[in-house]
Amino acid sequence: MSASKITKKLGRLFLTALLLGPAMAFAEYSTLNMTESVSNVGQQMYDLHMLVLWICVVAGVLVFGVIIWSIIFHRKSKGAKPAHFHENTTIEVVWTSIPLIILVAIAVPATKTLLEYEDTTNSDITIKATGWQWKWEYDYIDDKVGDSKGIHFFSSLSKVSNDARQLGANEELPEHYLLDVDKRIIVPVGKKVRILTTAADVIHSWWVPELAIKRDAIPGFINESWFQAEEVGVYRGQCAELCGKDHGFMPIVVEVKSVEDYKQWASTAKGAASKAAAAAAAASGKTYTKAELMAKGKDVYAANCAACHQAAGTGGGPFPALKGSAVATTGSIADHIAIIADGKGIMPPFGSQLSALDIAAVTTYERNAWGNNTGDVVQPSQVK
Amino acid sequence: MSEHHAAPTGITRWLFTTNHKDIGTLYLWFSFIMLLVGGSMAMVIRSELMYPGMQVVDPNFFNMMTTMHGLIMVFGAIMPAMVGLANWLIPMMIGAPDMALPRMNNWSFWILPAAAILLVAPMFIGGDFMSGQGPAFGWTFYEPLSGQYGNLAFFVFAVHLLGFSSIMGSINIIATILNMRAPGMTLMKMPMFVWTWLITAFLLIAVMPVLAGVVTMMLTDKYFGTSFFDAAGGGDPVMFQHIFWFFGHPEVYIMILPAFGVVSMIIPTFARKKLFGYASMVYATAAIAFLSFIVWAHHMFTVGMPVAGELYFMYATVMIAVPTAVKVFNWTATMWKGALTFEIPMLWAIAFVFMFTIGGFTGLMLGLTPVDFQYHDTYFVVAHFHYVLVTGSLFAIIAAFYYWVPKWTGNMYPPLLSKIHFWASLISVNVLFFPQHFIGLAGMPRRIPDYAVQFADWNYWSSIGGFVFGLSQILFLVIVIKTIKGGEKATDQVWESAEGLEWTIASPAPYHTFATPPEVK
Repeated sequence: MSASKITKKLGRLFLTALLLGPAMAFAEYSTLNMTESVSNVGQQMYDLHMLVLWICVVAGVLVFGVIIWSIIFHRKSKGAKPAHFHENTTIEVVWTSIPLIILVAIAVPATKTLLEYEDTTNSDITIKATGWQWKWEYDYIDDKVGDSKGIHFFSSLSKVSNDARQLGANEELPEHYLLDVDKRIIVPVGKKVRILTTAADVIHSWWVPELAIKRDAIPGFINESWFQAEEVGVYRGQCAELCGKDHGFMPIVVEVKSVEDYKQWASTAKGAASKAAAAAAAASGKTYTKAELMAKGKDVYAANCAACHQAAGTGGGPFPALKGSAVATTGSIADHIAIIADGKGIMPPFGSQLSALDIAAVTTYERNAWGNNTGDVVQPSQVK
Repeated sequence: MSEHHAAPTGITRWLFTTNHKDIGTLYLWFSFIMLLVGGSMAMVIRSELMYPGMQVVDPNFFNMMTTMHGLIMVFGAIMPAMVGLANWLIPMMIGAPDMALPRMNNWSFWILPAAAILLVAPMFIGGDFMSGQGPAFGWTFYEPLSGQYGNLAFFVFAVHLLGFSSIMGSINIIATILNMRAPGMTLMKMPMFVWTWLITAFLLIAVMPVLAGVVTMMLTDKYFGTSFFDAAGGGDPVMFQHIFWFFGHPEVYIMILPAFGVVSMIIPTFARKKLFGYASMVYATAAIAFLSFIVWAHHMFTVGMPVAGELYFMYATVMIAVPTAVKVFNWTATMWKGALTFEIPMLWAIAFVFMFTIGGFTGLMLGLTPVDFQYHDTYFVVAHFHYVLVTGSLFAIIAAFYYWVPKWTGNMYPPLLSKIHFWASLISVNVLFFPQHFIGLAGMPRRIPDYAVQFADWNYWSSIGGFVFGLSQILFLVIVIKTIKGGEKATDQVWESAEGLEWTIASPAPYHTFATPPEVK
C-alpha cells in the first residue's frame, strides 16, 4: 500500500470516527472488570483480584486524599507558611511497616490459590494442545470419563470471521467475531481436565478467561495446567503470546457438555475419525484429474496458504510471492512438496497437518494458478 | 581562557563537542525526535484499533508498529532523555566543570544515531514501506519467534551499539559523581537527582552486557548453528526469557529511578519545604535497585515454572511495594504543610505522583502470581506499564524540561501554551490508558491488530485519547522552540525557593561553569 493511500484511509477513518461515535458492545460481557470464572479455583483468583483491587482503592483514596488536602489548604495563595519538619523516624518506621503487614496479609490467600492452581494431579481427562502458526491442534490422550482417547483434530478461526477480518473487507462483523473456530474442543462438566500445552514452531499461550487457565505452549517442552468447569456452556479465549503475523486470529473455543452428552460426542467423533482416516488412506492411492486437484487445491490454499502468500499468490512483507516464483514453476516438484511438508524459515511445516491428497492438490494448484501454467499434475502417490 | 577553548560554530560544534551542556542538548533533541517517531507509530496502532475489523494496516505491519514503538520509546526516547538530563545537570549540581570523560561523552552520544538507523533501516528494506521487513516480534523479541525474522542481524547490532552507548554513558556518570564533587559535598549531601542517577548507572553497567549477551546468542543461533534457544538442539526457549528479563526488569528501574530524582527535586522547591526523609529516599532507591535484580521472572509466570519458583518470585516482587510506598509517602509528606504554588513543573510533578502511584498499584496486582495468570499479556499489562512509563518517566522528563529550561536557555516557557500542554496531556493520557485496564480485565490480549466486538467501546475512547495526547506533544515541540528562541528573561535563581548549585550560576548557564569549584557547607 502506498503512503498516499494510507493518508486517505486514515482521513476517512477519523471522519467516520467523529461522525459515528463508538460502536455498541455486547451486553453479556463485563467490559469493566475481570471475567468471572466458572471454575472454583478461577473464582478464587477473581476474589483475590477484587481483594487487592479494594486494598489499592483504599490506599489510593488515603494517599491521594492527603495530597489533595495539601493542594487545597496548604497553598501559598491562601497564606500558608511552610513548616520546617523534614524527618520523623517514628512515622517513617510506621509507614514502612504498614505496607509490609498488608503484603503478608495478601500473600496468604495468594499462596493458597497458587498451590491449588498448580496441583494437576488426579485429572479425569488429559488433552494435549499444540500451538501452530496460527491454529491449535488437539489430541485427547487420556480419558477416565468417556472414550475420547485418540481423538485428534486441528482448530482454526472460523471461515466467517476469517473472511470478515481481511484488510478492508468492510463486512458486517459476525457474531463471536474472532472468537469462533471451525472445531471446538469438547469437555464434560464437573471433571478435572488437564491440558498439556506445547508448540510446533514458536511460543503460543493457551488462554480461556472464564476457565481461568493461561499456560504458555513452548516448542520442545510440555507444560501442564488444568481446569474444572462447573457449568455447561461455551467458553471462548485466544492465544495470549505474540506468535507472529496472525497471533490475533487463533482463538480457542471450549464447549462444556453434560457427562452424558460428552460420552455421546466422544464415541461419535471417534467413529467419524476412523472413517475419515480410512478414506484418506484410500485417497492417497487414487489418481485424480487435474480439474479435481485444482478445485481441491484452491480450497486447501485458501485455508492454509493465503494468509501469508495472499489469495493471488503475490506474497507481501517477509512472505515471498508464489506467482511466477522458481519454486512453483521451474523448480522440481519434489522440492516444492518438501517445502510444503517441512516448512522453510518462517514457514511452518504442513506435513502433519495436511493429507497426501491435500498436499498433492495444493502443489498442483500453485504450479498452475495465477499464470504459473506449468501444466504439472501432482498425484497423492508422489507425496511421501 | 585560551582561544582553543572557543567553541567551534556550525555543524562541527555539535559533531566534535565535548561540552556536557552541548551533549546534553544533543541527547535531549535526539530523544524528542525519537519520541515523535515512536509516537507516530502509536498513532498507527490506535488508528487500527479504533474500530473492530481491519481497516488501516495488515497484521504484519501492525506487529512491526508495536515492536518498533516499544523499542524506540524505551531505547530511543526515555533512556537518552534521562542521559541528556544527567549530562546537563549533574556537573552543575555537584559543582564540576564538566563530565569526567568528555571525549567519551561525545562518543556515547554519536553512537546513538547510528544505532537508531540500524534499528529502523529494515523497515525500508525489501519491498515498499508498507510491506517493509522491520522487526515484528514485540519489543521483548522472544525466541523462537524473533529467530524467524530475516533481518535479525540489523536488530542485534543496533542493540549492541545502544549497549555501548549506555555503558560508556554510565561509566562517565559514575566517574563524574564519585570524583568531581565540589569540596564539602559529601555523598549524603548530593541532590536526589544525582543519587538516583548514580544508582541507575550501576544498574546499567550491570545489565547492558546481559542484553548484549542475549542478542549475541540469538545471532549465533540464527547464523552460526548454535542452539541456545532451540529445544531441537538441546537449548531452551524459556532460557531466553530468563536472560532477557534479568536485563529487562532492572531496565524498567533504569527508566524510572532518575524520574524519582527529578520529582524529588521539583516538589520541595514549590512546596517551599525540604524533601521529607532524604536519607530514607536514598535507601529506598538503593533497595528498589537491589530488588530489581531478584524479581525478573514475574514477567513470565505463565511459562510453567516450578511452583516454588513462582512463590519466590511473587514474594520478592510484592516486596518492591514497600520502598516504592516509602517514596510516595515522602513526597506526600513534603507537600504536607508546605506553602504550595503550582508552576508548570510542579503540575507535572504532582501528576507524576498520582499516576505513577496508580501504575504502582497495578504493579502490585500483577505481582500476585495466581491473579497474574488472568492479567498476563492483556491490555491490563499495557495500561500498567504505560502508567509507569508515560505518566511516570515521560511526565518526569517533561517536568524536568519546564523546571530547568530557564537555566538552560535563560528564557521562561510561554505560560499559557504550557498550561494548555499540561492539561491537554493530563486529560488525554488518562482517556488513552485508563480504559485499557478495563479491556484488559475483560479479556483482550495485547499485541493483537483486531479484537472481538465486546472490546469496541473502550478501544474507541482509548484511540481518541491517544490522538489528543499525540497532538499535545506537537504543542510541546512548539513550546520548546519558542522557549529556545525567546520569552520572558529568567533570573539566575529562577524559582523562589529552589536550592542547589545550578541556581547559583547565571541564566542561561555559561558555556563553561564551575571552572573553580564552589564550596559546599
